[in-house]
Amino acid sequence: MVEEIGRTADGNIIINVGPQHPATHGVLHLVITINGETIIKVEPHLGYIHRSIEKMCESLTYRQFIYVTSRMDYLSSHINNHACALCVENGLQVEVPARAQVIRVLMDELTRIASHELWWGAMAMDLGAFTPFFHAFRERETINDIMEETCGARLTMNYMVPGGVMQDIHPNFQQRVKDFIKLYKSKISEYDELVTGNIIFQNRMKGVGYLSPEDAVSFGVSGPPARGSGVSCDTRKTYPYEIYNQLQFDEILETGGDSFARYMVRIREMNQSIKIIEQLIDNIPEGDFQAKTKAVLKLPKGEFLQKVETARGQFGVYIVSEGGTTPYRIKFRSPGFSNLSALDHMARGSKLGDLVAMMGTLDLVIPDIDR
Amino acid sequence: MTNEALKEKILQLSPAVSFEEGGQWLTIIVKPAAWHSLAAQLRNDKALFFNFLFCLTCIDWKTHLTMVYHLESVQFRHNIVIKSKLDAADPSIATVSDIWQTANFHEREVYEMFGVNFINHPDLRLLILPDGWENKRPLLKNFEDPVNMIKL
Repeated sequence: MVEEIGRTADGNIIINVGPQHPATHGVLHLVITINGETIIKVEPHLGYIHRSIEKMCESLTYRQFIYVTSRMDYLSSHINNHACALCVENGLQVEVPARAQVIRVLMDELTRIASHELWWGAMAMDLGAFTPFFHAFRERETINDIMEETCGARLTMNYMVPGGVMQDIHPNFQQRVKDFIKLYKSKISEYDELVTGNIIFQNRMKGVGYLSPEDAVSFGVSGPPARGSGVSCDTRKTYPYEIYNQLQFDEILETGGDSFARYMVRIREMNQSIKIIEQLIDNIPEGDFQAKTKAVLKLPKGEFLQKVETARGQFGVYIVSEGGTTPYRIKFRSPGFSNLSALDHMARGSKLGDLVAMMGTLDLVIPDIDR
Repeated sequence: MTNEALKEKILQLSPAVSFEEGGQWLTIIVKPAAWHSLAAQLRNDKALFFNFLFCLTCIDWKTHLTMVYHLESVQFRHNIVIKSKLDAADPSIATVSDIWQTANFHEREVYEMFGVNFINHPDLRLLILPDGWENKRPLLKNFEDPVNMIKL
């Protein structure tokens, strides 16, 4: 699988980035052909963290398989769980209580902010600025603490179950989220002062890794990378699930198509998530946090697909049921897998040093790609 | 377009297809030999314009394999599902990576996991699995691996 390290027949140099490399944010292996400093070809080699989750799920019940999905895109674990819960509920025709719906959306949006915070810190670190990482983690830790109090975990939450959420929110939840919003609003201008407006940063981002809207759609790119190219694809708007159609928020679109546009989409998206949280945090309806479901869930024979918007793009759960207690076949359409496939196209012809900026703005999470 | 309108339009394009009832979206059954020309029509037709291949995957029904394609139009927001039953002895179907570039990676995954041969695929080799897994096909139902798999 691994090419010979050295030169190709026409004299170009082959170099390997990864599998262990700080800029790949995990175990991603890129075999890059370069001519001088210009990239001729980027070939991703995947599978270093492949756990065959799809095969595993075939022998797990509809309550059990949700826990495995937290281990795919671990920065959007709530949203992955949410997709699976929705898909099972769709098959069972379960009505989710209003309280659970609001809690789920709140958790989703907190996750989205936490994910974008981590991305922002790591992105700046990839480009050589270390300080932003600590700024980002200051806010992200607050979210993790809120999650820990209610869900009992900081990364793999496993909080959403078919029919609602696992347990009610902690009594401190509302107050702590409000405190977080206050903290976030007082700090977000620092992000722009520190990084966004920085001329060195802008020079490294603008015009780097251009992706045209046509190519973005053809490569199946979704989420902030696609919206940076002006493709309207926010699942929360286009195929609204849960209570997103009752909420006031904007789909963020940029038209630049370069790394800076993708960066700006995420920065602006965090403010929209805050807007959603503000609408809901004082309006959590009273009532049950979980619908009554049978102890053993059986989905009727058929096929069920649920799309949701994770922090990285469109995540899809496709369940094929034969009427039993376990799925016959399950497929996870992970956003990172399709987004990564566009990297080769984006990188061709640019300089080797810019590859890090492109990978950073694609926001790759390797377990999400490998599954 | 509504499902009914889509059905009518697709029947005009390709009268040989059949439809499956009961799904969330319009589900079209197509023979592997007819798939590539239908795919090009679905992608290029001005009124249909299915330009986003959301996902493609394969299901092992023990007697045969079935390919499943989820298509979406970003402009018109309509969805269809395409299914194609593959020949049990020779599971092969034409690649659509020349129509939707994302199919390149997805087809490589299906190739290594199920052993489906994608005709005219530019680069059909292992993507996720490591060397030495060329003919193992781990997502097939009859695959057993006592070393790497824990039977749950």
